[in-house]
Amino acid sequence: MSGANSDSTVSGANSDSTVSGANSDSDNAVMPGGGGPVLRGRVWKFGHDVDTDVMAPWGVIAKPFEERRDHVLRIRPEFAAEVAPGDLIVAGRNWGCGSSREQAPENLALLGVGAVVAESFGRIYFRNAIAQAFPNVACPGIWEATDDGDELEVHLATATVRNLRTGAELTGRPYTPEMLAIVEAGGLLEVLRRKVAAGELGDGGPPVVETPVPAPDSTRSTS
Amino acid sequence: MAEGSGPVRTGMTMAEQVLARTSGRATVAAGEFVTARADVLMCHEALTMCGSQLRRVGISRLAHPERVHVVLDHFFPAPTAANARDHTRARDLVERYGITNFHGHAGICHQVLTERGAVRPGQLVLGTDSHSTTYGALGAAGAGIGVTEMTYVLATGELWFQVPPTVRVALIGAGGPGLMAKDLVLAIGGRHGTDVAQYAGIEFHGPRAEAMSIAGRMTMANMGAELGAKFAMFPADVVTAAYLAGRGVDAPPFGPEVGAVYDRTITLDTTDLEPQVARPHNPGNVAGISAVAGTPVHQAFLGSCTNARLEDLAVAAEILRGRRVHPRVRLLVTPASQQVFLDAVQAGHVAVLAEAGAHITASGCGACPGGHQGLLGPGERCISSTNRNFLGRMGSQEADVYLGSPAVVAAAAVAGELIDPRQLWNGSTL
Repeated sequence: MSGANSDSTVSGANSDSTVSGANSDSDNAVMPGGGGPVLRGRVWKFGHDVDTDVMAPWGVIAKPFEERRDHVLRIRPEFAAEVAPGDLIVAGRNWGCGSSREQAPENLALLGVGAVVAESFGRIYFRNAIAQAFPNVACPGIWEATDDGDELEVHLATATVRNLRTGAELTGRPYTPEMLAIVEAGGLLEVLRRKVAAGELGDGGPPVVETPVPAPDSTRSTS
Repeated sequence: MAEGSGPVRTGMTMAEQVLARTSGRATVAAGEFVTARADVLMCHEALTMCGSQLRRVGISRLAHPERVHVVLDHFFPAPTAANARDHTRARDLVERYGITNFHGHAGICHQVLTERGAVRPGQLVLGTDSHSTTYGALGAAGAGIGVTEMTYVLATGELWFQVPPTVRVALIGAGGPGLMAKDLVLAIGGRHGTDVAQYAGIEFHGPRAEAMSIAGRMTMANMGAELGAKFAMFPADVVTAAYLAGRGVDAPPFGPEVGAVYDRTITLDTTDLEPQVARPHNPGNVAGISAVAGTPVHQAFLGSCTNARLEDLAVAAEILRGRRVHPRVRLLVTPASQQVFLDAVQAGHVAVLAEAGAHITASGCGACPGGHQGLLGPGERCISSTNRNFLGRMGSQEADVYLGSPAVVAAAAVAGELIDPRQLWNGSTL
C-alpha cells in the first residue's frame, strides 16, 4: 500500500461502528474479486514477513494453475489442499514482501481466498492485489486478536473486522476512495476497458482498437 | 501531514518533487493521492504478459512508446524452448509497438538502463521488477510495479500514487576495511527490519553516501526494495554528474528542498561495522560475519542487479588473485551486463577469476530468482551477493541462501566456509 495512513482503532465487542454483522446479511452485492462488501470466512493464520516467493514459487510459476496450486504457501503444507472458497487469511507484518510477480495475489484468489487481513503488506503485492481486485485489509492488531480457525467478518470499505468467536472488532486502514474504486470496478484492466469504451485513451486521438480476442495467458512473470 | 500538525513544511523531499512535477502540481505532500505520468518505463520479459492484456482490452498502441525500454534478462540465454518462444514474442511486440529502446539481452535491466544513460535524476521510472528502486542511485524515483499496472501505464502513460512519507537515512562514520555498500544496507535491514520504509521513500544522506560510487549507491538503492521502500534515492551530486557525463547525459544536481519534512531519520555509523550476512530465509535475518564464520558453503554466487558490477568483480579478483576456489565450492560469476563483462575482461579481472577456478556465466539474472545457471539442490548452502534469500528462492526449498557482499562471497569461495573477508582483503569500497 502506498499508505492509507489513518491510525487503526481497536474496539471491543460493543463498538458502535457503523458496520455491524447485521448489515452483512442484507448486503450481498457481489464484488469482483471473490466476495461481497462483507466477507465472512474461516481463518488461516500465517506469520510475519511471508514473501511472494512462497506464494508463487518461481520453479512452477510458468505452469497452469492446476499444476502450481499445490505449491502455494507450502510453509503450511495442508493449506493448498484444504483451503475452501471464502476462507480468509490473517497474517502478521509485511505480508507479500518481495517480488513484483502478480501470481502471488493471483494464486490466493484462484484458490478461493476471500481476502487477506494483515498487520501490514509489502507495497508491490498490495498494489498488484488492487489491480486484480483481490481484497486486502491492513488492520494493525489483527494478528494478536485472531487464532487459526476463527471466523471473521470483514467489511472492505471501512476496513472493519469482527471476530465472530470473540466478538472483538478492529478497524484497520480502509482503502482510499481511489483504491476502492479500482477494486469495485473489478481491477485495473476493467478500468482500462472502460476507458477504451469511452474513447478516453490516446494523446493525439483515439487509439487503434483491435477487436478483443481471448489471449492465451503468458507464462512469464516478474521478480 | 496536515499543516500545523508537525514541523512547518517549507520544502519538498525528492519523492515529493518528482510526484509534483509528474502530476502537474506545484507542490504535493506525503499522503496525497496523485496520478503521475511516468518518464521512463522498463519492461523485461513481462512485456509479453502486458501485450496479452493490451490485446485483451483492445489496445494496440502505447501512449509513449519512446519512453519504454525493453530488456530480456530473466531467462537469457533461454533455458527452455518456451522461454525462447517468449523472447520471440517480446521482440515481435517491440516491433509492433514501435519501441525504439530495445536493449535485447545486454544484461540485467537495471544495470543496462543505468550504464546506457537512459535514466536521469528527478525522473519517475516504473519497471516490471521490484528492484526498480535501483534507479534511485541516480536520484531518480524508481519503483517496481506488476504486470497489470504496467499494462495500464503503457496504455495511458500514467498511474496512481499516494505520495510517500520519506525516511531519511544518514550514513556516517569511517569506511573501515572489508566493507562494501552491501554491508550498510544489510545492517539497516537487520537493525530496523525489512519493513522499515514500508510504503515510504528513502533518501540516503551523510558523508558515507556522498563518498559512495554509483556502483555502491546502486547496491543500496536496489536493496531499498528489501526495506519495503517505494523509492530509495540518493541526491544527484558531482558523483552522479560525472557518471552520467561519461554517458553523454547532462545531469544538474537534484536533492531535497530546504525545509523538506521527513517521517523520521535513521543513522548508520559505519565505524567498527563488521561485514554483514543475512541468514536464511529473510534478508532481515542479519548477523555480523563473526557470528556465522565457519558455516560451510557449497556454492558462491557473484551476480544480480545488486552486486555484479565492475567494482564488485574487481574486489572478488583482488581476493582471488593467486588463490584457488575451495574444491567443495563452485564459484559462479554472472556479470550484471555484457558491458561489465567486457570491462572486466579488459581490466584483467576475468582471467584472475577463471585462474582461481571461477565459472563465468552469461550476463543476466541467472540463478538469483531461481531461473537457471546455478540452482541449488536439497541440503546445499550458498553464499550469494544477491538481494533475497527467501525459502526456495534459488532452487530447492531445502537449500539455504546466505546474503553478503562480493567480498564475503569471494572469501567464502576460497575458504569453503563463511569467513571474515578481512582475513584476505584489507580494502574497502566505501
